Amino acid sequence: MPRFLQRFLAYRAGLAAGAYVALLALVALVTLVLPGVDPHQITDHAMVAPSAAHLLGTDELGRDMLTGILYGTQVSLAVGVSAALGATLLGVLLGAASGFYGGWLDLAVMRIAEMFQVVPSFILAAVIVALSGTGLTQVVLVIMLLAWPQIARITRGEVLRVKQLEFVDAVRCLGKREWEILAAEVVPNAMAPVLAAGTLVVAQAILLEASLSFLGLSSADIVSWGRMLNAGQRFLFNAWWMSVFPGLAIFLTVLAFNLLGDAVGSALNPRTVTR
Amino acid sequence: MAEPILRLENISKSFRRPGHAPVQAVDNVSLEVGRGETVALVGESGSGKSTLGRIALGLLAPDSGRVVLEGKVLRELSASELRQARIAMQPIFQDASSSLNPRRSARELMAQALPEAKGSVDEQAARLLDRVGLSPGRDYLARFPHEISGGQRQRLAIARALAMNPKLIIADEPLSGADVSIRGQVLNLLLDIKEERGVAYLMITHDISIARHFADRVAVMQRGVIVETGPAAQVLTSPSHPYTRELVAAVPVLAAPEAASIYR
Repeated sequence: MPRFLQRFLAYRAGLAAGAYVALLALVALVTLVLPGVDPHQITDHAMVAPSAAHLLGTDELGRDMLTGILYGTQVSLAVGVSAALGATLLGVLLGAASGFYGGWLDLAVMRIAEMFQVVPSFILAAVIVALSGTGLTQVVLVIMLLAWPQIARITRGEVLRVKQLEFVDAVRCLGKREWEILAAEVVPNAMAPVLAAGTLVVAQAILLEASLSFLGLSSADIVSWGRMLNAGQRFLFNAWWMSVFPGLAIFLTVLAFNLLGDAVGSALNPRTVTR
Repeated sequence: MAEPILRLENISKSFRRPGHAPVQAVDNVSLEVGRGETVALVGESGSGKSTLGRIALGLLAPDSGRVVLEGKVLRELSASELRQARIAMQPIFQDASSSLNPRRSARELMAQALPEAKGSVDEQAARLLDRVGLSPGRDYLARFPHEISGGQRQRLAIARALAMNPKLIIADEPLSGADVSIRGQVLNLLLDIKEERGVAYLMITHDISIARHFADRVAVMQRGVIVETGPAAQVLTSPSHPYTRELVAAVPVLAAPEAASIYR
């Protein structure tokens, strides 16, 4: 019974996380197309505590916190999702080739992956962004560069498992090319844990973007949760809402993507899935 | 004598595992399968017979020796020539649940093997499924391997192998994955196919009674070496090698009257 309970709870958490992520996507879209609202709008009401007029208060320049947080969703989602997609694509390509063909290719890819994994990722990211500029593209590229090795490792492991299954040999005997076998037979059967890990990369990317912004390593023109947190920490004792709400947004979003990743992982587990 | 469909010449293969002495799985083995001939490769598990089967299929490279398929030495072929040549032999594996991609429907599995140019894939697939006893074949096209029984899966695997029009089928314990009740049916199916198409078989099995039913010739393998080979009737009725005698003696023979007497 406790196992059943665990599963049920895990499922519900995944469901709630999925709903929350869907809501975020909706907010990002709406704020993207909605005309006439400027999240940078400066008013006389500086550092107003949460009230009916400003539900989450205002910052030191009188900008509405709620508007800022809603607009910040765009950055977090865009950075998180595009970095995760890029990292997953790169990781799957390299990891699959590495596991399937083996030999020197495998050695080379895995040594490079290790190189990226042993370097403290945050420091590397901060250095790269500081040197190359603070645009969102740079941040996305840095996160991709840091996150692909974990995807590549997982893909490689799965490919190693799948490639020795009999159906691969059976297809080989049908006269198919090796790369066709890899792409059409092996990789689709290796994707379940990779997709789960890819979802977790979204959470890592959002957190990394927020951390970089918090340190000021992002463009001041962009409304982002990390940047709001940065502004808020100077007034932590005068205006707690300036730190708490952006922090909460980051926390909830990272948590949601983590839960979603777990749910995706268990839902795609061949032992629990039935077609 | 005409060129056999498959000739294995002095094949050796050993496996190395870290921390263990290398295992000589196949030791200087030579074996031929003539056109339309059925050869049973008999031996207990670990005798190297499955390894030899994989080498014959070109799925595993031998340490030394040559695999000659229809006069072509597999090792001397380029990758694309090998792909062309090897379709003449098709494997049937022990467990069809792992020898069919679980993500593909019967239609997709069949389409992988069928020539696209030759009319409707569905029609050809259905006809082959009918042939192997999955009838009406049309009803099975949308099914996935895990949606049908073990015996049906093995039939599907056989149908797919037949779609390639093979001249040789290398079957590795094709009945072990099937229920006892349907082993006979699958065995009969393989026999019928042999009659219809003149296909040759290399039947890898530990079960000497299958060899008896099925084979023209029997090769007995023990610890990587073929210890005895000859016509099935001769090898199985008057085995000359002690290991073959052991194997033959190990088959339980039910002498009907005595068996019945126990329950009287």
